[in-house]
Amino acid sequence: MRILLFPSVLIVLVASLLSAHAFEIEQHKIFPARYEGATLRIISNSDIDIFAPMVEAFQRRYPSVSVDYTVVSSTELMKALYDEKQVFDVAISSAMDLQVKLANDGFTRPHSSSVAELMPDWARWRDHVFAFTQEPASVVYSKSAFAGLEVPTSRQDLIATLRNHPERFQNKVGTYDIRESGLGFLFATEDARTSDTFWRLNEVMGTLNAKLYCCSADMISGITSGELVLAYNVLGSYASARAANDPDIGILHLEDFTTLMLRSAIIPVGAEHPEVAGTFIDELITAYWSKEGADYYPYPKLDRSDVAPNLSQRAIRLGPGLLVYQDNLKRQNFLREWQNAIIQR
Amino acid sequence: MNEVANISGSIRRRLTLQLLGIAAVLAALLFVMVMAYAKQVAEESQDNILSASATAILDSAAIQSGEVTVDIPYSALSMLGNVSDDRVFYRVVADGDYLTGYESLPETTPPRGQENRQFLTSHYLGESIRMVSATRRLSNAAGPVEVTVSVAQTLKRQRETLERISTNAAYIGFGFFIAAALLAVLAAQSAVRPVQALANSVSRRGPQDLRAVQAPVPGEMAPLVDALNRFMARLKKSLSRSEEFIAEAAHRIRTPLAVLRTQAEIALRRVERPENRAALKEMIRAIDESSRAAGQLLDHAMVSFRTDHLEVREINLLELAEETLERQRPLAEMQDKTLSLQGEVPPPIRGDVILIQNALSNILDNAIKYAPEGEDIDVTVACEDSWVVLKVCDQGPGFAPEDIEKLTERFSRGKNAQDTVGSGLGLTIAEEVAQAHGGHLKLSNRKNTRGACVSFYFPQS
Repeated sequence: MRILLFPSVLIVLVASLLSAHAFEIEQHKIFPARYEGATLRIISNSDIDIFAPMVEAFQRRYPSVSVDYTVVSSTELMKALYDEKQVFDVAISSAMDLQVKLANDGFTRPHSSSVAELMPDWARWRDHVFAFTQEPASVVYSKSAFAGLEVPTSRQDLIATLRNHPERFQNKVGTYDIRESGLGFLFATEDARTSDTFWRLNEVMGTLNAKLYCCSADMISGITSGELVLAYNVLGSYASARAANDPDIGILHLEDFTTLMLRSAIIPVGAEHPEVAGTFIDELITAYWSKEGADYYPYPKLDRSDVAPNLSQRAIRLGPGLLVYQDNLKRQNFLREWQNAIIQR
Repeated sequence: MNEVANISGSIRRRLTLQLLGIAAVLAALLFVMVMAYAKQVAEESQDNILSASATAILDSAAIQSGEVTVDIPYSALSMLGNVSDDRVFYRVVADGDYLTGYESLPETTPPRGQENRQFLTSHYLGESIRMVSATRRLSNAAGPVEVTVSVAQTLKRQRETLERISTNAAYIGFGFFIAAALLAVLAAQSAVRPVQALANSVSRRGPQDLRAVQAPVPGEMAPLVDALNRFMARLKKSLSRSEEFIAEAAHRIRTPLAVLRTQAEIALRRVERPENRAALKEMIRAIDESSRAAGQLLDHAMVSFRTDHLEVREINLLELAEETLERQRPLAEMQDKTLSLQGEVPPPIRGDVILIQNALSNILDNAIKYAPEGEDIDVTVACEDSWVVLKVCDQGPGFAPEDIEKLTERFSRGKNAQDTVGSGLGLTIAEEVAQAHGGHLKLSNRKNTRGACVSFYFPQS
């Protein structure tokens, strides 16, 4: 198994090396300003549709700022900034470990935010990384396909349910392909660090021939299309948005623990308009952390009293601990173990 | 006597300044030491946590399938994030070959001997860093492998801590200086206090008081006080010697003068030519003057001597005045002047009879001399507050107002007495006697009529 896999990893590596001179852009849009002024170049792994209200609200307050919005995956974002040193004013990413690595390795500028006191200390790091969301990693399932089964409340329950009903779940379980998705990798490492059940769950998913996805949106689409019955570690914020339109989508916040990802913004060191970038980041901070909030804030706000009476939600901590799984050896070991568990044929 | 001392500097100011200087130096020293200590503590605590982190990584190193691998524990780096916001770098090297981490971190020299930790302050990615390297030997099939783990952290937190401590240390140093300054001023004051006490006790003394200083003084001042005492003893000796000399001289002059006067009077009876008689009369007058001056000088010497050794007993001043007046009466009657005494028996005073009689005689002598012929001299004894006052009034020309202040000085004579025989010692003697008894002498002119008054004020016993 390992011998078979190794070349495939190599191929991925070589492919990424070949394309190193140009990162892969998924979407691109320019929000022109009403008046002549600076252009704020944003690189982000948030879809344009989701983020647009935020940008438009910003432009209403600062009508002379044009916004150039580029959507890439979190790994491509890292490549653009870390390897290619592309010029952007703001980088927004859900991959906290990559954001921290950029800040730690000197690829960001400090920003002394005037609204920093709104946010808790753990939501920023070194005046370089500023979080402006809290998004849970959830289990998403199809209510119709789950009919007759008790909905699990913990990972133990989930493992038992999957094990006891292989006929229902065979080929119908999905999760992140953590080799491709930075966010999936982050969630997986946090799970592994928190509890051993993560490995057992992966074993079980492996036996059920789990499907691997690049992104949360695809997994949710899988649920709606009937391709999947259950998806593990789906970004809860996306799921709730889709669940609003599809009553069949069920969202589970497991009670043993639920990992919270903090989407964060940084100012790359090569920013051409760092002051405008700082203003934009302050706007993001105010929209999420201020008591009154903002109606244009695009992500669902986490209401702790609503979801988790048992305080099982664990926000991933910004800080040098996140560098650990970015270590080459550590990452290779982790991916190898993960593949051994989940890819069983 | 009134010359201002030649002042060069001040002991108190010099002492204060020196103590302030010492306090400033000590405060600066305190600041430097606190900072050095704080820096050491801050560095040690950072070194400790970096060591712990490096050790944790090193412990995860193992040989797998013949290759060195490390499985960095999450806590190894997150522990660094718990204490500060500093950037973190690490590197793992096996036998000099880069394994993982930040390859371009500064090189470490391989450790020697037992010590398997190395500390290094350097620069990386444009910031100062502190780096700790730890080494461990693993056994491979091919032989031992030396694995070195380096963990580094930027110094932002340490710098901030030191800045905070430096502010506090500056406040502490300043406070220390202020406290020391206050104490220095107090210390300087207390150091010069004995000097001031000595100066006060010497300047409070009466003009005749030449006794040795007996009050206890600090050892350092003993030579000064000894010198002062010796000086005063010499002065006293020299004064008494000159008084003795004057008394001796006066005494020796008086007897020949008496002989001379007798001879002159005999001669006066014999000569008949008016110009010769006038010359002889002038001669007798000069002899009288000399004789009286000699007498007063003797009196003064006696007074000076006795004021140092008063023979004190209770005195009825009225009786004493009566006796003295009796003795002066023949002289007064010769000049057709009447001496009268008034007053009731006063409370007794304590004093030296001979001195007071002598003083009163001198005043009466003056009065008899200055009063016009046929006029009266009144002596009264009365009580005034706690004083017993003996007052002698004549009907002479009175004192010139501008003289009153200085008439009691030795050899000083009033402006309006140029043509009368006198030495100017009478009032001096009287005042010295009054002062020796704790009293004073008051000069005044009579109100509403001609004449001068001299009043002795003696305290009641």
